[in-house]
Amino acid sequence: MTLVDTARPTAKRFDRRSLLPWITTPLLVALLIWLWQAYVRGSHISAFILPSPEAVWSAWLDLLASPRAWEHAATTVYETVIGFAWGLVIGVGLGVLIGRIAWLEKTLNPFIVAIQVVPKVAFVPLFVVWFGFGVTSKVIVSAVLAFFPILTNTVLGVKSVDIGHRDVMTSLNASRFAVFRRLELPSSLPYIITGMEVGIVLALIGAIVGEYLGGNSGLGYLLIARMNAFETDGLFAVMLQMTILGFIFYFGIGLLRRLLIPWHSSAGLEREP
Amino acid sequence: MAVACLKSTDISVARFSEHQTLPPAAREASTATAIALAGVEKWYETNDGPVHALAPVDIAVRSGEMMVLLGPSGCGKTTLLRMIGGLIRPSSGAIEIAGRPLWQNGARQGEAVADLGMVFQDANLFPWLTIEDNITLPLALRKAPRPARRAKARDLMQLVGIAGFEKRWPRELSGGMRQRAAIARALSYDPDILLLDEPFGALDAMTRDAMNLELQRIWGETGKTILLVTHSINEAVFLADRVVLLSPRPGRIDTVIDVGFARPRSLEVQATPEFQQIVVALRRRLTEIA
Ligand SMILES: Nc1ncnc2c1ncn2[C@@H]1O[C@H](COP(=O)(O)OP(=O)(O)O)[C@@H](O)[C@H]1O
Ligand SMILES: [Mg+2]
Repeated sequence: MTLVDTARPTAKRFDRRSLLPWITTPLLVALLIWLWQAYVRGSHISAFILPSPEAVWSAWLDLLASPRAWEHAATTVYETVIGFAWGLVIGVGLGVLIGRIAWLEKTLNPFIVAIQVVPKVAFVPLFVVWFGFGVTSKVIVSAVLAFFPILTNTVLGVKSVDIGHRDVMTSLNASRFAVFRRLELPSSLPYIITGMEVGIVLALIGAIVGEYLGGNSGLGYLLIARMNAFETDGLFAVMLQMTILGFIFYFGIGLLRRLLIPWHSSAGLEREP
Repeated sequence: MAVACLKSTDISVARFSEHQTLPPAAREASTATAIALAGVEKWYETNDGPVHALAPVDIAVRSGEMMVLLGPSGCGKTTLLRMIGGLIRPSSGAIEIAGRPLWQNGARQGEAVADLGMVFQDANLFPWLTIEDNITLPLALRKAPRPARRAKARDLMQLVGIAGFEKRWPRELSGGMRQRAAIARALSYDPDILLLDEPFGALDAMTRDAMNLELQRIWGETGKTILLVTHSINEAVFLADRVVLLSPRPGRIDTVIDVGFARPRSLEVQATPEFQQIVVALRRRLTEIA
């Protein structure tokens, strides 16, 4: 069994270099907060412009204690998740078709490029006009924003399926569906998940921007309300809440990456023999 | 003769049997023809016009035989093997696998393809499948139940010498072991014929020698017909019952040489004068045609 030893992965995962960020990141954050605190104290700047870190902290605790604020967060989560799900389903579906069918890609490519260049948030007022001030318009904005990175990554994934792998499936006389299920889908999964990582963050942005413009619910609405009330510390607290939400979504997709593609180096898993 | 039932009209039996000299140690199975090519030709359409990759070729590979296609790079070895494997269509001519036409009415024939197992220069294992699942992928496509696949994988991994690596990812294996897995995958559905395109070309010389011995052993244990492509003269002479030398521009059959050394051959056979005689003759011919 000497062969077993030579094939073992030799890299140790938790060496000094991979531990370093765990120390530097909190230190840098602490340094920034300290600078912020020092600036607020030293410059006597108005609390309407820049509240102190303590004020933001207590406003954030208030937010956590308020059931109404949790409802706002729930609205934003709902819009983001539903919008993202639509963007995912349509993006992957269309992406697979475009990646496989050359004439479809040639036909649609000019439109895709054109729409990518357009700043899509410009459409948000139009969606509000069309779909009202409720959650629907926000879900649609989320879906549209999440859709494009997922689409382009899926197309890329399907098109970069290894020629040699295709040869294997051809030599096995595999059906078109078998090729899709056993080759194209798993092979594009790392690309699709990368698209999802970008897409989920954009979906959140879409929901929030939609809430800025209309309705009376969601963290975006809450943020505008705090702004109008000159509660700058509360505004910071809502921003913090949004940031935390973004992190949770992003790491959720990261978790999905580890679950779905443990074989891929991007999952960062090295199996212990 | 298989030739008689080929559709193509421009075949003469005489031309077809030119290369058919029985090897000294003709085996019992040698009467049947595993692969029959008649007037098989290939033109590639490119942006700079058509490329004549292969002039009409006639070959009959006997059942149970180890035939090696040898030639300088660009002489159409891969083209020929991919046509036999059904991956690309000949521009003209007919291919029969175990007496069945590979193409009919413009469609590749599933039963003919099922007789073929292909191994490429790259192992082409799917990185998202464990070694075990890679090896039994063909069985999964045939909807074989999981316990049967497991059992088959265990046997095959034993056969090709990578037992114990069932649950590993391909990237955890060395190049030689990956190529063993690729051979196991090609054997999983028990095809009668193995087609190998420079399967050990990316391996270092020592691993390569070991793999040649292994291939000879696997061939002996399974009784498959093997058609192997290489540009290594030594590898060709060591492995082959017959070496088919191809010459380039366009690719065509130059010479066919019988290699009669007793089986199983050990690596020492390469040191014998008889072996070196064949190698030297082939090398001389290769420099003339390349
Ligand atoms: N897909 C292709 N399109 C155009 N020309 C090709 C293609 N594949 C091979 N050729 C040409 O056909 C000839 C034979 O190639 P190949 O079969 O790969 O040779 P070998 O395997 O012996 O190196 C070469 O001149 C090569 O450039
Ligand atoms: Mg080649």
